[in-house]
Amino acid sequence: MTLEILGITVLGVFLFGYIIVASIDFGAGFFNAFSTLTGKGHILTKVIQRYLSPVWEVTNVFLVFFFVGIVGFFPKTAYYYGSTLLVPASIAIILLAIRGAYYAFTTYGGLKHKRYTILYGLTGLFIPASLSIVLTISEGGFVTMKDSGPVLDYWALFTSPLSWSIVVLSLTSVLYISAVFLTWYAQKAKDRQAANLLRKYALVWAVPAIITAAGIIVEMKNHNPEHYERLVDVWWLFGLSLILFAGTVYLLWQRIAYGLAFWLLVGQFTLAFLAYGISHYPYLMYPYLTIYDSFTNQAMATALVIAFIAGLCLLLPSLYLLLRLFLFNKAYVQGDRDDHA
Amino acid sequence: MGNEETVFLSRVLTELTLSFHIIYATIGVGIPLMIMIAQWVGIKKNDEHYILLARRWTRGFVITVAVGVVTGTAIGLQLSLLWPNFMELAGNTIALPLFLETFAFFFEAIFLGIYIYTWDRFENQKKHLLLLIPVALGASFSAIFITIVNAFMNAPQGFDLVNGELVNVSPLLAMFNPAMPTKVAHVVVTAYMTSAFVLASIGAFRLLKGSNHVYHQKALFLTMKLGLIFSIATTVLGDFSGKYLAEYQPEKLAAAEWHFETEKGAPLILYGVLDDGEVKYAIKIPFGLSFLAHSNLNAEVIGLDQFNKADVPPLYIHYLFDLMVTIGMWLTALSLVYVFGTWRKWRFILAKWFNWLMVLGGPLAIIAIEAGWWLDEVGRQPWILRGIMRTKDAATTSGQVDTMLWLFAGLYLLLGIGSVFVLWRMFRSNPVEQELADRAADKAGDTK
Repeated sequence: MTLEILGITVLGVFLFGYIIVASIDFGAGFFNAFSTLTGKGHILTKVIQRYLSPVWEVTNVFLVFFFVGIVGFFPKTAYYYGSTLLVPASIAIILLAIRGAYYAFTTYGGLKHKRYTILYGLTGLFIPASLSIVLTISEGGFVTMKDSGPVLDYWALFTSPLSWSIVVLSLTSVLYISAVFLTWYAQKAKDRQAANLLRKYALVWAVPAIITAAGIIVEMKNHNPEHYERLVDVWWLFGLSLILFAGTVYLLWQRIAYGLAFWLLVGQFTLAFLAYGISHYPYLMYPYLTIYDSFTNQAMATALVIAFIAGLCLLLPSLYLLLRLFLFNKAYVQGDRDDHA
Repeated sequence: MGNEETVFLSRVLTELTLSFHIIYATIGVGIPLMIMIAQWVGIKKNDEHYILLARRWTRGFVITVAVGVVTGTAIGLQLSLLWPNFMELAGNTIALPLFLETFAFFFEAIFLGIYIYTWDRFENQKKHLLLLIPVALGASFSAIFITIVNAFMNAPQGFDLVNGELVNVSPLLAMFNPAMPTKVAHVVVTAYMTSAFVLASIGAFRLLKGSNHVYHQKALFLTMKLGLIFSIATTVLGDFSGKYLAEYQPEKLAAAEWHFETEKGAPLILYGVLDDGEVKYAIKIPFGLSFLAHSNLNAEVIGLDQFNKADVPPLYIHYLFDLMVTIGMWLTALSLVYVFGTWRKWRFILAKWFNWLMVLGGPLAIIAIEAGWWLDEVGRQPWILRGIMRTKDAATTSGQVDTMLWLFAGLYLLLGIGSVFVLWRMFRSNPVEQELADRAADKAGDTK
């Protein structure tokens, strides 16, 4: 394995981690707001707050980790993406800030109002939409090289069917991932009412999620034939992913083994993410930037890999502790304990 | 938008984000240590008051941390968005501490989540205190790693530029640059100092406004003691920082001290104004600068005459320097008088006016932090990476920086108002007397 592959794998792991934990977080916020609006707030709010409160900062770190890491391993991305993403990334920061402010002022500060809950819920949809633009740009065709540097063509971006399909995919998968996880969590909390409602949401969003995912592969044929060819090459990974998807839906339908259903979903997204990543190789941005010509020097790469391994030795036990205390702790999940400062 | 304008706006936006973030960041680094000390004292003395102090500080702290996470994410991304050319170079040379910082922060975030949601979960308070150690360590190490990056911008090393190509990169050499020891120590210790004075402000304010509870007296005395210790440490480190500048960044020192001509036995200029290149109304301490820079009254100090005009930072940094040092000295004196006065039972330290001075201490300390960072950043101009890359060559070419500036200004305004409002509300409702009574009732209920 070359250092380049190792580097992109490390970043891929964190990006994938972010996609899963952030989806749960974003979707939870949305369902919370939605159920408040439709008068079902009492069913969901408690279980959602229980899960979200202790872990949201950790969610955010996955993202920070990814963008700091990518500049470390592939410094040229700072030049190409930094110059072009000013507006979309700034919007994403502001939306993330609204989310953070909600935790700060409402969860910790006790400032409660329906308006904030709704605003917070909406950011859960807008953040993935704005972040998904990065994926669209990486497919090429939206950035041109001028004398002054790379420039993003907003018109092309906003009129491209590909970019809108990716936005829709990000939304449907956020809601799907979140609903499946929360169904499991609610069941662990022995909150049957919430589990039933969330199960319904999960089933509702399953079909749109899979349809948009398939739709993007079709879009790719027009937009980036090179990438499309490579996507087709790894069809079997997508096939396996589809089987796991069917498994999750079956279990939810039958109301059995919600835990297994969630892990099948993680497997489904892992395979799809892997297939997408492999087919994207070696480009970071078609056609200007590959992982090879943007890679950092050997000394820095080695140092970063060592730091990563050392850091992981510190983080994995800590993450395990966090999960054990809140996610897999019966008394906490079922609401018998509060213990907040 | 012209390139010059974009550079200017990028600088304004970065300065705005950093100035706002640094308030939360400084508090975020210092307060975990203060909470730790209070909880530890509480366990040691078996005193409920200190434990409650730690608990109440924690409640306010999580709010500032949450806002700090947001502004920290903003500055982290803005570096790449506004200074893409710099970050490309930085990615190749100083990415290691940036990367390590995310680990430190990760570590902190995990344990903070655990700490705040496990009060009362443990029979033994000591176990709960243990959970705070990774929080405090993570917070301080975040500051250390990020300051290392800033130190590198002031004294880059650990790579060579041959025909525009980066060669011989050594990440460790880049991390352990000459600016690193003094800068890291100064940043971390002033964060502790500022946090202590901010918390002291709260205690002093409570004593002024209605409550004479011994809880607030204990809080005030503890924080003022800590403030004194850390301000003395800051003074010592400030002296080292001066010596570092004289050796490695003489133009910064000369500009901050208005030292125009190279000379032996140079005087130290305090305050004053600059009028047409002439210093007026200043206090001159003979041989002061030579002593400060080299610990030798007759040593030669390099003046601005040795530098190209294009390589010299703006001279207004002298005012920032004065502001920072004056506040630092004032807080040292204030805490010294208070701590000493408490031991000797001086009456006047209990007077209203003295309490007001302590209330002012917290905001003043924050102003000193701001002045210090502006001094550092403006004093490095015209370079973004001293001697290697100029600020004007590092900025983005995007034409939308002005709109982003307005957006972020609005965001920080809302976050600022929100955090002040929420903290104020928290402070006003649930007074400590009420909470102590509630806890006593709880306990009585338990034993029945």
